[in-house]
Amino acid sequence: MKCDVVVVGAGPGGSMFSKTAAEAGLKVVMLEKRQEIGDPVRCAEGVGKRALSKMVELDSRWIASEVKGARIIAPDGTSIVMSEDKGGAEVGYVLERKVFDRALAENAARAGAKVLVKTRATGLLRKDGVPCGVTAMRFGEALRIDAPLVIGADGVESKVGRWAGIDTALKLKDIETCAQFLVQDSSIDDSYCEFYLGNSIAPAGYVWSFPKGKKLANVGLGVLGSRSKPGEALRLLRQFVDKRYPNGRAVEMVVGGDPCSGPIESTVADGVMLVGDAARQTDPLTGGGILNAMEAGIIAGEVAAKAISAGDVSASGLKEYEDRWRATIGRHISRSYEFKEFFVKLSDDDLNRLLGSLKGEDLTKTDLRGMLRVLFRLNPKLLWELRHLVI
Amino acid sequence: MLKGCVVLLTVNRYKCCYCGACVGVCPSLALELVETWLEISADCTECGLCTRICPVGALEVKA
Repeated sequence: MKCDVVVVGAGPGGSMFSKTAAEAGLKVVMLEKRQEIGDPVRCAEGVGKRALSKMVELDSRWIASEVKGARIIAPDGTSIVMSEDKGGAEVGYVLERKVFDRALAENAARAGAKVLVKTRATGLLRKDGVPCGVTAMRFGEALRIDAPLVIGADGVESKVGRWAGIDTALKLKDIETCAQFLVQDSSIDDSYCEFYLGNSIAPAGYVWSFPKGKKLANVGLGVLGSRSKPGEALRLLRQFVDKRYPNGRAVEMVVGGDPCSGPIESTVADGVMLVGDAARQTDPLTGGGILNAMEAGIIAGEVAAKAISAGDVSASGLKEYEDRWRATIGRHISRSYEFKEFFVKLSDDDLNRLLGSLKGEDLTKTDLRGMLRVLFRLNPKLLWELRHLVI
Repeated sequence: MLKGCVVLLTVNRYKCCYCGACVGVCPSLALELVETWLEISADCTECGLCTRICPVGALEVKA
């Protein structure tokens, strides 16, 4: 099989790339190793409203619920409300990823991309040492796909970058290990996302509760890999849910690893670009990755169209992708990485002091960045190391 | 470890939720997730990083 670009992985990054590149006239083949796109889910499903609506036409089929704001709960139980439109810039919609991912892949197909499910890339094809497509296994049979450009949108377990000589292996301190239940409980607040902090409930991570409507919520947690031991995420989640929702019913279980490394050194090589979790473009502070993957997919799609028509898919021909995503997503996740590296060191006392200081502050129009600024103003000594990020 | 030897990393397939976190941290490209099936190759050095990242405790390096 021959095409202009072969995309490995049909998550939000791969599908947005495929749609953009196909609309620009490229012949695109997108591979998905699973037989069903979007399932099983590995995600808490929260996204910001505004950023999402800029990239895709909203559809009620994949919006599970809309939230009003966020509540942050300190280890000592102090609760801070960040709300409405602004809090919603971080988390505004809770998605139904099974439907969402499928819809984005359908959009790519509609734009002309070919989609092959149950097809797993097994290695790079090379000519004179330069990647020129992939070998794949499709429903048990070997398949060869020749393409001058390969996109690695293959998620946390990405291989494409590593085959191309980009080291994307995550250190334990740069990945959160996560577990989540879809909990049904009458005490669930359908209009607020909740974030619980504390080193005993989620070491160097946090517990989230993202409502999905009708007294259902994604209740999950992440633990920093370097603070984890075998099975720790699930053990802590059970402990939290038993305590917080003693009568709750877990009707679904989701687990996964969330990259939090900040920008990696390189996301392009000759004939190769990486997008989304494969490029470790997740926000290291929040763990959010959907919007970054989609935006990176769009940028990479635009650059691919130019590079293919110019006949230069070398690393230098693809540099525009590197430059553009680093100027937007990259800047943001570099800051988040520094915040994360600082916050993971805090004791529960520090967290209590920080969140306690916000009592009496009006945060109804504040987003996460604004809240960090207020925190700095109120706790300059404790947060001194972060001054260059806040001012 | 010499190639061809028995790899001492084991996966409990009744526990594994096939999330791929282990694949993301493996420094030797020894793990591959094929839909619901985690494959372990002879490249495994039994470093144990994957056992620590596994959210459900499905991986174990047998002594």
